[in-house]
Amino acid sequence: MDKSSPHESARGHVTGSARYCHDLPAPAGTLMLYPVMSPHAHAELLSIDTDAARMAPGVHAVLTAADIPGENDTGPIVHDEVLLPTNRISFHSQAIAWIAAETEAQAQFAAGLVTTKMQALPAILSIEAAEATGSFHGQTQILNKGDAAAAIDASTHVVQGEVRCGEQDHFYLETQASFASVDGDGHINVVCSTQHPSETQHIVARVLGLKYHQVSVTCLRMGGGFGGKETQANGFAALAALAAVKTGRAVKVKLKREHDMKLTGKRHAFRMRYTLGFSTDGLIAGLQAELIADAGWSMDLSPPVLMRAMVHVDNAYYLPAVALTGKLARTNKTSATAFRGFGGPQGLLLAEELVDHVARYLDMPAEQIRARNFYRKGAEITHYGQALTATDLPVGEPSRMSRIWNTLHQQGDYAPRKIAVQQFNQNANSANSKKRGLAMTPVKFGISFNKVQYNQAGALVLIYADGSVQINHGGTEMGQGLHTKMRTVAARVLGISERHIRVMNTSTEKVPNTSATAASSGADLNGQAVKAACETLRERLHEQTRLQLGLDESVDLHSADDAIHASNGTSLRFADAVLAAYNARINLSASGFYATPGLSWNMQSNTGSPFFYFSYGAALSEVEVDGLTGEWKLLRVDILHDVGDSLNPQIDKGQIEGAFAQGLGWLTMEEVVWDSDGKLRTFAPSTYKIPTICEIPKEFNTHLLSSATQPGTIFGSKAVGEPPLMLALSVRMAIKDAIAAFADGATHRTTEIGTVSRHPHESCTTSRHPRESGDPGTSNPETLSSSNLCLSTNNEPESSPHLGSRIRGNDGREIRENGEISHRTNAELRLACPATPEAILRAVMNITTKVSV
Amino acid sequence: MNLTANNSLKITINQQSHVLQSSTLGYNETLLKTLHKLGLQGTKEGCGDGDCGACTVAWCAPQKTYADDDHTLPARYLAINSCLVPTAQLAGSRVLTVEGISQLSAEPAALHPVQQAMIDCAGSQCGYCTPGFVMSLFCDYHANSLSDLSVEGNLCRCTGYTSIRQAIEKLKLQQPNPIPRHPRAGGDPGKVSILNQTDSEASANSLFLPTSLSEALTLKQTNPDALWLAGGTDLGLAFSQCGGATRHIALDQIPELQRLELTERALHIGGAVPLAGLLALLESHSSFEPITRMLHWFAARQVRNRATIGGNLGTASPIGDLLPVLLALDAQIVLAGPTGERTVNAADYFLSYRTTECKPDELVLRVDIAKPKPGCNSQSYKVGKRGSDDISIVSSCFQLGVDANNRVDFARLAYGGVAAVPIRAIAAENALIGVSATDDLLDIVKPILLSTLQPLSDFRANAAYRQQLIVNLFDKFLREQQANLHGEVHG
Repeated sequence: MDKSSPHESARGHVTGSARYCHDLPAPAGTLMLYPVMSPHAHAELLSIDTDAARMAPGVHAVLTAADIPGENDTGPIVHDEVLLPTNRISFHSQAIAWIAAETEAQAQFAAGLVTTKMQALPAILSIEAAEATGSFHGQTQILNKGDAAAAIDASTHVVQGEVRCGEQDHFYLETQASFASVDGDGHINVVCSTQHPSETQHIVARVLGLKYHQVSVTCLRMGGGFGGKETQANGFAALAALAAVKTGRAVKVKLKREHDMKLTGKRHAFRMRYTLGFSTDGLIAGLQAELIADAGWSMDLSPPVLMRAMVHVDNAYYLPAVALTGKLARTNKTSATAFRGFGGPQGLLLAEELVDHVARYLDMPAEQIRARNFYRKGAEITHYGQALTATDLPVGEPSRMSRIWNTLHQQGDYAPRKIAVQQFNQNANSANSKKRGLAMTPVKFGISFNKVQYNQAGALVLIYADGSVQINHGGTEMGQGLHTKMRTVAARVLGISERHIRVMNTSTEKVPNTSATAASSGADLNGQAVKAACETLRERLHEQTRLQLGLDESVDLHSADDAIHASNGTSLRFADAVLAAYNARINLSASGFYATPGLSWNMQSNTGSPFFYFSYGAALSEVEVDGLTGEWKLLRVDILHDVGDSLNPQIDKGQIEGAFAQGLGWLTMEEVVWDSDGKLRTFAPSTYKIPTICEIPKEFNTHLLSSATQPGTIFGSKAVGEPPLMLALSVRMAIKDAIAAFADGATHRTTEIGTVSRHPHESCTTSRHPRESGDPGTSNPETLSSSNLCLSTNNEPESSPHLGSRIRGNDGREIRENGEISHRTNAELRLACPATPEAILRAVMNITTKVSV
Repeated sequence: MNLTANNSLKITINQQSHVLQSSTLGYNETLLKTLHKLGLQGTKEGCGDGDCGACTVAWCAPQKTYADDDHTLPARYLAINSCLVPTAQLAGSRVLTVEGISQLSAEPAALHPVQQAMIDCAGSQCGYCTPGFVMSLFCDYHANSLSDLSVEGNLCRCTGYTSIRQAIEKLKLQQPNPIPRHPRAGGDPGKVSILNQTDSEASANSLFLPTSLSEALTLKQTNPDALWLAGGTDLGLAFSQCGGATRHIALDQIPELQRLELTERALHIGGAVPLAGLLALLESHSSFEPITRMLHWFAARQVRNRATIGGNLGTASPIGDLLPVLLALDAQIVLAGPTGERTVNAADYFLSYRTTECKPDELVLRVDIAKPKPGCNSQSYKVGKRGSDDISIVSSCFQLGVDANNRVDFARLAYGGVAAVPIRAIAAENALIGVSATDDLLDIVKPILLSTLQPLSDFRANAAYRQQLIVNLFDKFLREQQANLHGEVHG
């Protein structure tokens, strides 16, 4: 039986009546904001002339740094992020000033009248450039377990490699939006599309020089967030509030898509270099790795993003000895920020590349290497020191991960399909230029904010005299169904129907000092707080019920079906109990609070037990790659994911499938491209491609793990927002599998990839059937592979010196390399179809020859 | 030309007729902005670019666009992007928004079946894209043509689409009621020409809506700075992003440009025929497969419902998906100007980057394409970064004919995305003439293609990859045509 309630706003969504900040009708007299943007990525800002703009029709204010009464800073952790630049431009298109005018068109016109004097400076636009010039934010982070160097030294096999991945734009459908007004008492009211109303409140107060209690922030709902409105909304709220204070008018800012993409941060690009030691069985012995993230011009949330990447390089695999260093490249780009997974996806990407490297090196099935390295009894301590629990590794049973893995292996028909794929690839004929690939990958993801103090939540529940209920909690609704789940929690505790309960807009006036709705923790934290508040109220109502029904303490009460039932068979309707409590002058509102127990994190050693529990899942993907064009198609996906005892299976499945699609986009088609001036070239959906329905296979089977109660969580459920994004790594690995089949001919498993995924049509294969060598109608895989030149290219605009391109000859030698290698693409799957697979394997994969194969 | 005295626009939105005065309506104001002014906030702006579909509304054209002008037939609503189209261009049309479709049901409070299905299947998460999905589904639901492709032009960032697909499958099982065809409530479009020539301020960004070819050509002569506006799916970006401060002559309501005819010998496509109409005709006759195939790849549903072949030839993008197909099929482009009509071969039409043989005072009246002669085989190809709704990295169309001796006697290799204009590889074509079809044709053309076509690198792909595609797409064509090319010899 599906206990899923539909999304509490579903009717509003489908009828268009659900309101968002972006389309909130503005009262008459509201001013609109429009930015003046920098033509340089890095420059000395010498002067700004706003006189002509101020005189333009409809203009009420031109905001520059000089207008800020408080602190000119929006940095959430480190105060290194100016709201408006004073003397330094730090990234291309940075807003230098904002026009407040009566219409958007007037503001846009006036923006063109602002003139500036700037002295352009050399811009740092890549991780490589940052390394070359020593341009980093903060300290290098170190995370060690055991003696990794010694473990690698003692290993039978050692490989080295490098993995890169590019940025990803959040592409929430509702762009950043804020609406601010000042009331007669000077109180600032802000409606904002924000995942973190408390922080928005703090930043507005900081910029205006006010105390927090002088600013209220409300979030109605967001048209998507994905981490992109965790800190990124704050600055726009502050600008609207600043303009409102300055003009006395209500002020709205809603970004055009182009501005949103040019002004706001994205998922971090990473470059990760590794040395890995392992045994002939494929068991990992030691890992040394350096992770460098492109943080952009300011820190924002980059330190915790980097740390989450570092603590997730294990994925589901036991790493006996580890030595990690992590750095944040400081570049003249938008400030990279939170994005679903928060560094986890990059960490897991490295983990999956590691096991894939081992498998290809040993010529063993990758799925076997994966399962072999899973955490297990006696190998249960993560590289940061947290021990897996009896829930992860139950006594006398397979581990939670293995249970998922084995079940999916069975459910997804892995074994017969692997054979079918091999047959398909062997049956290639000259008319068919396609090969297939199949891959299964696991996900293990730590749940809780690494920073212990963020793991708290509050709620305020109000029962009105007619028995209707309002819930307020600190979490925000961005489509993930948090409000729906919170209503379910309240309904279960109070024993009433969900139709009597409304979840209110998130407001700093109802719950103070909230944490961001982030880290997949929204339901975990706020659910416990809502539950606590409802339990307090239920207790008061039970006491009143005892009085009403004349029951003593020996009679048990329980709330269900809109009533309070006594174990002696009597009962009182919920609404009657409420009215009785009101008449008896009982308090019918209560706050609830929750702090996740048992967490620890040492920020010096980067060790501890930062996670309340781990989320698990696995995915099996099959793809078909066209060797002539590099186009690929996802044929089928099977997912088994662990959400504990789901609070709402329909919502959880939606989260899993949506996250998978977003991960698929990150790994295969979404490409953020900056040109050599640091200007973003992909700032609209015409140039930045997220998946459409056509990229999602019809055969898409999502299952929730059964018998998966998680102890200590809200009704045994588990977080779901982020972990399934990384299930999409199975697609990347399946594409690699298919590409290997091209190089393979009949026997070899080979080819690599060196860097991160780019979907293969960025690289090219020429797998033309050589007609001259035989009957054109017959299949001849050997000639296919032997006749092919090995050619791989990056898709780099040649105009960008930092985006080099390289082509390898079929002996693996690099023929040409312009500048540096791509830092940014999500992909760049190198299709190598070599004459001598081993040579390519060595050269492309950069395998050390320290130990012979 | 017809000018109204009160300078107003009539349009029916959600069964309610609106007269929008010029004092409140900018001539180039988009339909999306007008809807928001009317308090209809349900239609969302996601990109203002025509690429995300959040602003999708259902549009019923005011006059004969297809051969279904019979008033006994149900109304035919098409999904379009309201962010790209100036409201004034839709004079006389009927528009339904997400707020309006539940009104169509018998019970006022009831949801439309597509709305109910989206709720039942959890098709919404954040809900911001949902109105657009609902309207795309609404159109195809009533046209009995629901499939995944109904929403190919709608981006959702939350659901991963599987739940939306479930809603589609559920709706496919239902029998839709026809949408009642109301009398033309929008008024006579012929009398709604949006212009006040005496008002110089207003005329600076006027939108003309001529109702005959001669009127259009005369308007252009008296307003030489005005731009032709066909479907507006490219030019519309100016309205959406910049407010569109130029004058336009919209070609929606000119019967001469609406001809669409498939005869025994040729295909005639009027300059202002929406590509969706062309696609429907060709699909129903299983004819001109290279055009059909390319049209499926041509942007998305909402764009094809407005975009025209005249607009495609007018903007003359070097990529312009359909343009290499016209080149390979030897299309004849008929231009109309003040001195009459003239016909230009597609091969002579593209002069330089976005410059064509079409003079400023001319417009594309129609395109004529003869049916390929027997023995000729043709096909089109497109590679983009994303398989659907994307701009080409390289698009191409090939045509090969063989004579009785199985020697190539006709060759066309046409490409988009590889030069400043859509281009034919004429040297490669010439090299193939007279060659036996069983020879390795690829080996013959490969060095010529690589030496004559030098594509650029950009953010979509680099030059090396484009070069490889130039060769490999022809390779793909040859592989697919293998049976045809060898048929004569091997029997």
